[in-house]
Amino acid sequence: MGTINQNAHLKENLFTEAKKAKTRDGYGKGLVKAGEKFSNVVVLCADLSESTRSQWFQKKFPERYVQVGVAEQNMASLASGMSAAGKIVFISSYAAFSPGRNNEQIRTTISYNNWHSLPGKEINVKIGGAHAGISVGPDGATHQALEDVGLMRLQPGMTVLVPCDDVECEKATLAAAEIPGPVYIRFGRAEYPSITTEKTPFQIGKILELRSGKDCTIVANGPLVYEALLAAKKLQGKIDCQVLNCPTVKPLDEAMLLQAVKKTGCLVTAEEHQWQGGLAGAVCEYLSGAFPVPIRRIGVQDRFGESGEPEELMKVFHLTSDDIVKAVKEAVKMKRK
Amino acid sequence: MDIHPVAKITDIKKLKLLANQIRQDIIKSLVAAGSGHSAGPLGMADVFTALYFNLLKHNPKYPFWEERDRFVLSNGHICPGLYAALANANYFPRKELLTLRKFGTRLQGHPHRTALPGLETTSGPLGSGLSQAAGMAYALQRDKKKSRVYCMMSDGEQEAGQTWEAAMFAGKNKLHNLTGILDRNNIQIDGHTEDIMPLEPLKEKYEAFNWHVLEVDAHNIQHFINACEEAQTIYEKPTLIIAHNIPGKGVSFMENDYEWHGKPPTAEQGKIALAELEVLRKKIEKEVD
Repeated sequence: MGTINQNAHLKENLFTEAKKAKTRDGYGKGLVKAGEKFSNVVVLCADLSESTRSQWFQKKFPERYVQVGVAEQNMASLASGMSAAGKIVFISSYAAFSPGRNNEQIRTTISYNNWHSLPGKEINVKIGGAHAGISVGPDGATHQALEDVGLMRLQPGMTVLVPCDDVECEKATLAAAEIPGPVYIRFGRAEYPSITTEKTPFQIGKILELRSGKDCTIVANGPLVYEALLAAKKLQGKIDCQVLNCPTVKPLDEAMLLQAVKKTGCLVTAEEHQWQGGLAGAVCEYLSGAFPVPIRRIGVQDRFGESGEPEELMKVFHLTSDDIVKAVKEAVKMKRK
Repeated sequence: MDIHPVAKITDIKKLKLLANQIRQDIIKSLVAAGSGHSAGPLGMADVFTALYFNLLKHNPKYPFWEERDRFVLSNGHICPGLYAALANANYFPRKELLTLRKFGTRLQGHPHRTALPGLETTSGPLGSGLSQAAGMAYALQRDKKKSRVYCMMSDGEQEAGQTWEAAMFAGKNKLHNLTGILDRNNIQIDGHTEDIMPLEPLKEKYEAFNWHVLEVDAHNIQHFINACEEAQTIYEKPTLIIAHNIPGKGVSFMENDYEWHGKPPTAEQGKIALAELEVLRKKIEKEVD
């Protein structure tokens, strides 16, 4: 019988007591920590300092905060230039605009510009994509980035992080400053249950097993990690689910995935992103060549979002624990007898 | 370690001869490549010469020297001119110019920062260079470095919105260590700039963005150097130098013809071009010092 992994140090009484928190608060705290650790960290913002929480860095380090106005393309290439002059540069906006609008500037002036850098000469630009996913809510589809992980994952040398809650987002933000080269950090607007703790291990490139199980693997990131745990609980006694938190979409922890599906024989992916190109894309691309097993995908099914309340939209777009339960049942049924 | 910049060449005749050699190298590399842009690099050859042999504080032995001035080529497609200047400035062997655009070369069709020593950015897609240069200038200024940043842009890329985002940022932050050089040759791939998308009045546009603007004949090396030196005296604003030039300069059949924007000479055309440039070189040599 599967159990919660004690080494993951999740919040106690997760399903009854986990408080909701804003993942972007973790970005704001992480920026401050990065600024404290490295004197060359600079934060750029495109007229969204409050909602991206980059204003917390601004308060602490006003001389290292740069307001660029509504100009995401300029922001990306400015950051490239500042990095070339020795800075670690975070650029903050909504994911719909950065990396949405400035994809080419990120491609040419950050990722390709960084490609084959000599050690110590990397382009250290860290892209904070806020308000990602449909849970932005009432703002509607224009502001609900659903393809950003796919866009960033396709750029060679880009590290892609999708933290599951505020605590993990803070760790991801600091970790982004600590590694060389470009990094994309994606997070949403709404409040999600804060499920991890200071003690929960976080390492770029590593999947963390949150719950063991032998019948089906659920691999999730962002707010869907909590939903995955909830789904596993709902299936307890019927289908024994392993739950993996995969905050690093690139580079993917292939070894851990392989080990998981060799044991369980089927898999469900869960993310608040198009069901192509993001986590599902990464996992399917890898496993189809390495160890094909039945896979069901939870994600936005090739459509645009719309206005509504976050929780309401998560239901309409089939991004809840109940949807995961259904997908797990289908995946298990598809296993070869 | 004590690093010193290479000595400036101030003798205009010597600079003119270098510019002529750079033009000849451009032709040779384009003929060998069989593709690439001709008119732009030839038009900017005098400016590249002034930069790498007089204006820039740099040392090819130490391309990452922290105190160096930075040159950002935003209009990456005229890289045959930059490559020829870098080779003549001893960043790499001149014979390597013949590998332009070929498989395995360090001289990529559009410049890639990490491929070749001396390149400050990767460029090609138009409109991004001024942003990168402004980012460098901002960081250097905040770190109280004395280095200057030069950014060359084409006139065609003044049509790109990002250029003006960067111009606004540079004006706001009074980036006096930033000098923009506008390669004003009035042509782009599809025709004359003023037919494709009228750019004038360029001077007034940049002034409205809080830049100091100068206009020069880009083929008069002394005047161009003077303009860059004037830019160093302006403390409250970035400076734009509108460098009026003849595209294809030095090769009679290429001059002022937009058809030569995006194509290389054939081997036969290359021979004629080199012969013309050789005649010019002899003329320069005969000039009284």
